[in-house]
Amino acid sequence: MTSRSLVIFSIIMVALIALGGFLPEWAIFHITRSLGLGLVVLGLMLMLRAGLVSFGQALYYCLGAYTAGILMHFYKLHEAVLLLGAGTLASALLAALLGALMANYRGIFFGLLSLAFSMILYGVIVKSAGLGSTDGFTLTSPTFFGMALGESSRYALFIIACVITLVSVWGLQRYLHTPLGSLAPAIRDNEIRVEYLGQSVRNAIHIKYVISAALAGLGGALTALTVGHIDPEMAYWTTSGEFVFILILSGSLSVIAPFLGALLFESLRTYAYQEFPYVWQMVLGVAMLLVISFLPDGIWSLFRSRKSKPA
Amino acid sequence: MKPILEARGLMKTFGAVTAANDISTSVNEHSITGLIGANGAGKTTFVNMVTGYLKPSGGSIHFAGRDITPLPPRQITRLGIARSFQIPQLYDTLTVRENLIVALGIVLRNAKASFFSKLPAQVPGHDGSLETVADNLMTQFSLTDYGARVARVLPQGVRKQLDIAMAMAGKPQVLLLDEPTSGVAAEEKFGIMDMIMNVVRTEKVTVLFVEHDMDIVSRYADRVLAFYDGRIIADQAPEEALNNPDVQRYVTGKRHA
Repeated sequence: MTSRSLVIFSIIMVALIALGGFLPEWAIFHITRSLGLGLVVLGLMLMLRAGLVSFGQALYYCLGAYTAGILMHFYKLHEAVLLLGAGTLASALLAALLGALMANYRGIFFGLLSLAFSMILYGVIVKSAGLGSTDGFTLTSPTFFGMALGESSRYALFIIACVITLVSVWGLQRYLHTPLGSLAPAIRDNEIRVEYLGQSVRNAIHIKYVISAALAGLGGALTALTVGHIDPEMAYWTTSGEFVFILILSGSLSVIAPFLGALLFESLRTYAYQEFPYVWQMVLGVAMLLVISFLPDGIWSLFRSRKSKPA
Repeated sequence: MKPILEARGLMKTFGAVTAANDISTSVNEHSITGLIGANGAGKTTFVNMVTGYLKPSGGSIHFAGRDITPLPPRQITRLGIARSFQIPQLYDTLTVRENLIVALGIVLRNAKASFFSKLPAQVPGHDGSLETVADNLMTQFSLTDYGARVARVLPQGVRKQLDIAMAMAGKPQVLLLDEPTSGVAAEEKFGIMDMIMNVVRTEKVTVLFVEHDMDIVSRYADRVLAFYDGRIIADQAPEEALNNPDVQRYVTGKRHA
């Protein structure tokens, strides 16, 4: 069922890459930013399938962004692809380290411990005057394979974001169909049986945790280059909350859902901020209530329920 | 026949309670041993220690000549000791077939030489791909009609069958069954046991099963270990064990004249 929707999604992405030149600049910015958020939520979805909800994914999102930012600002590295790769790698490395501890915890303990780590990063950045403290700092435009593209760099970044999304979605879909990847629901349902078949649950969770962090780091670095500004808010608990919000909006039925969820969330937030500047959170809250009440499996169930009806 | 599993002076205490008190026994290859005893006698504690769920307070366990006492459950499983549970341990949100495919997927992954090496095309010990072997297991354990059903909604007897089928996915040499017929209707008990025994005899698996129903013990076991107060009080053939005065007094509850 997913492979057909994956093909359709891929066609849409390729069409977006081809037609991106005709899109208004705000739309390009909007989509690129949504894809960045979608990547983070894709990683969260992987953990949710194993029954784990992280309330601190902003840790890796922010680390990815600051790694790209610091390399650009202080080390004069401007190559977009390298900056994105560095952000991903930094987050994956930290997750490999912290994951050894996190893989021991489940449920609320996992959620709150992840939140605690993200707030430590927030605290460290806020106290670091060299990193701009609470104000953060601004990034210049990156280069693309050595070329400074000026006005067109937003479009170039958009293309890179689309390609990254495609690779991540296909890669994760493939992973979910390997014996290790397909263990997620088994871990959620019954860890004892997984152990008594000869698989270490800890290792399986650790690997998922690292993949999920790498995606968050990639999303963070992409967001940093797209927005051109980073600040410690990226590690704050409300940012993690937004990711969980998008996750609930998307559901965990498909690897595409996080990107639809992120696009919907970004659109909703922009609209709510514009039309109801004083009560915009309320609009998001109502949207959340509606989704939980009517689409408990997220917006992807809209597509699924239609498909599963008899012809 | 040579011994495959051996316990030497096993001890297990929980605070002031001694659940296993100097248990020494050895189990021969391809044998079928029934473990009997009243509740709290130490049968499940013994099974839990052999499969790594509980670490003994003293003594050691040897499998095919190797000391497995310190190993975690997953490593013991990989060596060839599998188990089922009194309360079946299934993946409740997955279908019967998916349960088996996940189980076989783990077996397949365990066969990899290293993290980066390629997965074998066939499930080790079986003949065929994941899907084929899953279908074969469903046939062997009479699960085919339930293949598309979610495990959560299965009747208790079928849950037991699936639990044992999953334990058999890794082609174990030794299989420990913890009350395979508990919670199953009396008229279904023999049917389920016949089916299980059929499979294990064909596959030449050594079996230890915990059981309260003495009719089942005498029909399927070729040896009985009777537990009382953390000790083995009888180690005999079923007929002799069931006529043993100690067993009658402490296990079956029959008072001898």
